[in-house]
Amino acid sequence: MNKKILKMIGKRIVQSIIVVFIVTLLVFLLMQLVPGDPIVNFLGSNATEEQVAYYTELFGYDKPVLVQYGKWILGLFHGQMGRSVAYQAEISGILFQRLGITISIVIPAFILAVVLGIVLGILAAKKRGSRLDSAISVFANIGMSMPMFWFGMLLIMFFALKLGVLPTSGFVAFKDSPGQYISHMVLPMIVLAMNPLATFTRQTRSSMLEVIRQDYVTTARAKGLGQKAITFKHQLRNALIPIITVMGTTLGGMIGGTVLVESIFVVPGLGNLMITAIKGRDFMVVENGVLVIAIAVALCNLVVDILYGIIDPRIRND
Amino acid sequence: MKKKLKEIKNSRIVKVLFARKSVVFCLIVLAVLILAAIFAPLITVYDPYKQDLTSMLQGVSLTHPLGTDSMGRDLLTRIIYGGRISFVVGLVSVLIAGGIGMVLGLIAGMAGGIIDAVIMRIMDAMMSVPMIIMALFLGSIFGKGLGNICLAIGISMIPSYARVTRGQVLTVREMDYITAGTLCGASKFVNTLKHILPNCISSNIVLMTMNLGNAILNEAALSFLGMGINPPTASWGSMVNDGYKYMSSNPVIAIAPGLFIMIVVLCFNMVGDALRDAMDPKLRGTLGKKKKKKARAVKTVNA
Repeated sequence: MNKKILKMIGKRIVQSIIVVFIVTLLVFLLMQLVPGDPIVNFLGSNATEEQVAYYTELFGYDKPVLVQYGKWILGLFHGQMGRSVAYQAEISGILFQRLGITISIVIPAFILAVVLGIVLGILAAKKRGSRLDSAISVFANIGMSMPMFWFGMLLIMFFALKLGVLPTSGFVAFKDSPGQYISHMVLPMIVLAMNPLATFTRQTRSSMLEVIRQDYVTTARAKGLGQKAITFKHQLRNALIPIITVMGTTLGGMIGGTVLVESIFVVPGLGNLMITAIKGRDFMVVENGVLVIAIAVALCNLVVDILYGIIDPRIRND
Repeated sequence: MKKKLKEIKNSRIVKVLFARKSVVFCLIVLAVLILAAIFAPLITVYDPYKQDLTSMLQGVSLTHPLGTDSMGRDLLTRIIYGGRISFVVGLVSVLIAGGIGMVLGLIAGMAGGIIDAVIMRIMDAMMSVPMIIMALFLGSIFGKGLGNICLAIGISMIPSYARVTRGQVLTVREMDYITAGTLCGASKFVNTLKHILPNCISSNIVLMTMNLGNAILNEAALSFLGMGINPPTASWGSMVNDGYKYMSSNPVIAIAPGLFIMIVVLCFNMVGDALRDAMDPKLRGTLGKKKKKKARAVKTVNA
């Protein structure tokens, strides 16, 4: 790989580490402002003072704020995130198991959105002003405006309750039953993919329209190149750069969107865990959950930066 | 005053905006819904909070155009009143985000150095947490209720405004008229307030219009998850959640409020897109040309 690209990647990794560090600081400080004691919440209002004091000491909530923060950060370097008050277990184990489930929805939904979005965007740009273009634009606008939870509910109503072809909720791991996994994941995937699909369609359409009239496209046509080669080799490759930028932010948004999707389809993923932890005031789980999501988003952005270099030689050689 | 109104009417942006029929339609829809929300007590005879268990879960009828919910409350009335929450949250949260974001962006752009680095790294950190998670997280700290939800959603949207403003400041501060201002003795503060800030406002207004829909969607999502507006206050998101239980027996209860969220967000998105295009200098002169071309063609034929 080009030395300059490696340098760029190194720089971005350092920036990402700084950002993640600031996230830990912000999240930790903000969590101190949360009203309500997690220990009292866990033990209930009937708990004795001794019980509260015992558990407060056990979970380290009696220590000064800075010591608590330092202990948390040091623990992170050792792969330990602390103990959940509600689950009475090490948080990293719970979080990463839930993260796996979330990833198994996000990645297929992302691929679906990217592929379909780019295809629809190209079609709309190629047939600019036609009925197909209008139909695709209307679809994209509606897709961007639809509340995710409402769309999920409509799909459950039609496919699960009316037609009875898909389950209403739940999750089955791929390794347990691939068929069951697919049938349970179809609706959550469609719901999660809808908004990004609309975003990619719109972005591809506008990017393609920008490059369609460029001089190098005319040159390629004058050279006698076929339409397919012009579209994929010259137009799409150049149009991909802004699409990739959108991909990074969209993937982050999709991870956030799992909170809603997992809540509607009762999928035991990271999003569902976050909701339960926020409602139950399980501070440590919320803190670590936000941190894991921030790291995932930072990684997505890093991959996007590397992809830039691969797709655009101008950035590679800059 | 009259002259100013005429100036606004004749401005290129307004002309371009109104050249699109879809935008005019969206503006009309939004105006109708906003007016309905403001004058709700004059439009409907029902109380949105008064329970009537004798008429619960009624279907569509002349007395109840969208039926009633599980508490016997008129659904259309609650949707009209629910609009107040959505519009208020949308407007207040973008104003909070825009206001704070612009100030932070101005400070970062003008101060530079370590202040710029600190502010922008904090913004990067905030941006690395998805908006809905950030709003949920902040909502859990501030608590439920209209004011707190506006604050949570507003804060979660600050980074985009800070980034846009900072970018704008970095471009504008290098302009000749800023140097001229400095040479004439204007202080950095005066230059920032009088010359740089006005140049940042238009791009932020576009962003605000485009984010109105997002803010409404986020409020609805938080209310749907039971972490937004407190019941029994009518909010479209919590109404969808209430109707979720009656999906098979009375789907209108959940479908109708969701449909209203979609319509409002769609309209705000369309207006935001049009405003962005109208203010984009790259597209200057290209928008609204179709109409002119058509008019010219008709003239030629008539001649």
